[in-house]
Amino acid sequence: MQLQYVLDNFMSLFIGGLVFGSLYALVALGYTMVYGVLQLINFAHSEVFMFGTFATVWALYLIGADATTTGLALVGSLAFAMVIAMIISGGVALLLERVAYRPLLKRGAPRLVALISAIGASFVLSEIMGLRGPIMAALGLDDEFDRYVASSRENVGMPLDRTPTVQFEILGHGVTNRDIIIVVSAVLMMVLVDQFVRRTRIGRGIRAVAQDPETSSLMGVNSTRVIQVTFLIGGLLAGAAATLYMLQVGITRYNAGFLLGVKAFTAAVLGGIGNLRGALLGGLVLGVAENLGAGLFGSEWREVVAFAVLVLVLLFRPTGLLGESLGKARA
Amino acid sequence: MSSQVRPRRRRIGLRERMRMMPRWGQILLLVALALFCYALPLLNPPFISPPGTDFSGVLFTVAVYALIALGLNIVVGYAGLLDLGYVGFYAIGAYTVGILTSEHATWTWLASLPAAIVITMLSGVLLGWPTLRVRGDYLAIVTLGFGEIVRLNLINQEWLGGAPGISGIARPPSIPLFELPHLDWSTGVPLVDLDNTSTFLVFGVLDITPYYWLALTFVILIMLADRRVKNSRVGRAWEATREDEDAAELMGVPTFRFKLLAFALGAFVGGIAGALFAGRQGFINPETFTLLLSILFISAVVVGGQGNRWGVLLGAIVVAYLPERFRGFEQWRVLVFGIALVVLATYRPQGLLPPRRTVRAQKMEEEIEALETSDVAVAGEGPDTGDGPDADGAPPEEKGAGRG
Amino acid sequence: MAETPPLDPAPAGEALLSMNEVTLRFGGVTALDAVDFHIDRGEILGLIGPNGAGKTTAFNVMTGIYQPTQGTVTFDGEVTSGMKRYRIAKRGIARTFQNIRLFKAMTAFENVMVGADAQHSTGPIAALLGLPRYRREEAAGREIAHELLDFVGVRGRADELAGNLSYGDQRRLEIARAMATRPKLLCLDEPAAGFNPSEKQALMELIRSIRDRGLTVLLIEHDMRLVMGAVDRLVVLEFGRKIADGTPAGVQNDPAVIAAYLGVDEDEVEEEVDDAS
Repeated sequence: MQLQYVLDNFMSLFIGGLVFGSLYALVALGYTMVYGVLQLINFAHSEVFMFGTFATVWALYLIGADATTTGLALVGSLAFAMVIAMIISGGVALLLERVAYRPLLKRGAPRLVALISAIGASFVLSEIMGLRGPIMAALGLDDEFDRYVASSRENVGMPLDRTPTVQFEILGHGVTNRDIIIVVSAVLMMVLVDQFVRRTRIGRGIRAVAQDPETSSLMGVNSTRVIQVTFLIGGLLAGAAATLYMLQVGITRYNAGFLLGVKAFTAAVLGGIGNLRGALLGGLVLGVAENLGAGLFGSEWREVVAFAVLVLVLLFRPTGLLGESLGKARA
Repeated sequence: MSSQVRPRRRRIGLRERMRMMPRWGQILLLVALALFCYALPLLNPPFISPPGTDFSGVLFTVAVYALIALGLNIVVGYAGLLDLGYVGFYAIGAYTVGILTSEHATWTWLASLPAAIVITMLSGVLLGWPTLRVRGDYLAIVTLGFGEIVRLNLINQEWLGGAPGISGIARPPSIPLFELPHLDWSTGVPLVDLDNTSTFLVFGVLDITPYYWLALTFVILIMLADRRVKNSRVGRAWEATREDEDAAELMGVPTFRFKLLAFALGAFVGGIAGALFAGRQGFINPETFTLLLSILFISAVVVGGQGNRWGVLLGAIVVAYLPERFRGFEQWRVLVFGIALVVLATYRPQGLLPPRRTVRAQKMEEEIEALETSDVAVAGEGPDTGDGPDADGAPPEEKGAGRG
Repeated sequence: MAETPPLDPAPAGEALLSMNEVTLRFGGVTALDAVDFHIDRGEILGLIGPNGAGKTTAFNVMTGIYQPTQGTVTFDGEVTSGMKRYRIAKRGIARTFQNIRLFKAMTAFENVMVGADAQHSTGPIAALLGLPRYRREEAAGREIAHELLDFVGVRGRADELAGNLSYGDQRRLEIARAMATRPKLLCLDEPAAGFNPSEKQALMELIRSIRDRGLTVLLIEHDMRLVMGAVDRLVVLEFGRKIADGTPAGVQNDPAVIAAYLGVDEDEVEEEVDDAS
């Protein structure tokens, strides 16, 4: 127990927690929306995120951004990388829906089976990334794409200079431009999605399907379309989260999605699965709690703290902090 | 009046054939199957035995997975509780043996086994007590958290061996009785290989065969126990709880107690599996007990056919054996496994061997027929209502106005 | 015919269950407002009332799904409000559901066995070792299940999955499952919903024969005509309040009851009252 340490560094632990929390929240949104509509844990969502991290790096390779890129060019490259990551992650999410979910749902498979299918898809996606070298070699393309596929099982780093600069101080802790970019863009995107679900026609469809799939299909809601859009939104956000994550963490690998996915799902459950605002709250609470816990007990206990918080919250609020309510979101 | 003749599906599968056999025939067949399983490592059949690896070692892994799948099936298949942290029980079983026989005490393996079982069961109850009130997918994530907490504690607590783990774990007691030769197929015909023998019953370092026999014995014992418990009030209570918890409660089923029982019994079996693993391996470390393993266990149950003990056995074989058999494609095997899961879920959603409740039910039917023939005068007002002219599954008309 | 399951021979005409000034509020809504009535042993009591009157809510209070905000429920000399649901079931209150809630993936026979298990106590060890208690209870359960499936007329489909049965058979199976718990009081929540007239008649026959086996029956039914012919006494609820309690003939002419039903649907009431008389 290092209480004094936590008290001394409270602000920095808190802000660090918020940064990670907003990443969790962005990914959690994908879990929560799919859960809200299908009542399924989209286990492979973590791989959607992982593909986004690679897309970010590759996009930067593609435009030749490197450690010497600064200023507006840096901002531009990052924005470009994020768009590419969102497209790739969104595409993977759509593919996932098409291959691993739709055929099952058509047959009315039990939920546990859909989970198994998702687990299978998760293995497939992460292995494809982990085997990209051998796969390209089999196609005879490994020389051409060497930079992209070399040592496929190892860590891949951001080619950019990610050193943050302190912008202003809160209670003695310097807040960096990186912190601001991550938290602000995460919250902004979540607000956009929230508004989208509340205000647009397709958003209404999402809420209707979440409430009662049968009735809403009788009322003319195209549930296949709704499910697709749900996966797409989740994928886009995971892609955005991936770029922000790469900005913060700097490295990724073929199995990097797993732990973040588990945390994000935990965040979704913490906030009340199916509840968009719950995902944001859950993500932030989880990020801050585990950062403070890590400060208090030592960083090797970070994960334990995260799960302990989850268990405690569920014991006292069995449906999460804000309850389950994608369907009940007011218009 | 005669009983309604129900259109029966005319598909004589293996199972029906089994059923049509007299009881002694069934028992004989099962005993033969069990003997064959015991003999497998000695027979060392050419195609089945994976090239380049120790067949007994693979069989041992399969048997441990089978044990785990049977235990997890109680929780997932019967009681319908999605447990993503089952590896936690496996780890607790293994670590109890490790701590009691090596790290902090010098018990024998045999003495530590009951301790491992009791401690694992207790941890099942301790986990279940607060969390079983949480429903469905929340339970899944809470159990997942439990599995991770167990693993991280193993890494972080020096007292539990920390990241390097525990070595020098005691082995099961040896009783050297006689030697059994393995067959050698390298020339294409089976030859008795007198240089390669297994001693019954010596638990050594090199020969895994006796460990496999021990694990297989536990598999058979658990299968028998599972069958009895499943066909009793307990099994029915689990199924009823899984189908409709509220209705079950209102029919007098103490659902919480039965869910807790399922958890405890599942943990019980997981503890045995862990103890076996520790005893065979001799050393354990936290990296063995990852979340991925929990997911493999769940896959074994679902792939095989949750709720059917033969099905989950098959699932365990698929999950544990196939990757070993195709070790040649080492780097591709997880990919292939993932594809297999998706394909299987899509085309065989009930699992390879789904529970056929009608098997048991058919026995009941025969019983009823016997009753009917003995009751010559089936008089009374009851039966007629069963054949009402319009009782053909028509949905209720707009009558349901009076919601009280 | 197989033996009748053991029943508690109770003297007729004495209160088996009473709702004592039961009030139930959800937030600001009062679902039941000081509802006070009793059910005599051996009678068929009809609980009627217009939509949203609190009939099913009253059922839910009796069976322990809701705890009364005020007041108590006493059953067979014991206060049952506040007890766990399964304990109440064991004490002798069994019910069916307005929307059928069978264990769909279990066979009809197994559904009834679950009911019969309510009075049993075999645990895993007894089952594992095949102890005499396990054998005895298993045999008793089978006998009850066979007999009850026969009684309600689902005997021929005992081995079919409950979810595959016809609608009518599912309703009847629910009754068998509830009876298998060997209750003193059987609560039927709109058991005839969705039935055609001849099926309804057959069902009323069945309910009367249930009473003849010594059970007390509480019946929620929307079809006035059906209720009038079948019950011994009626309790009428409206907006969570009891507005009448008496014989069918008496209740039928009660101005408050007529008004309550008129308030809902004039034609329906007139028609039903006419038919009943």
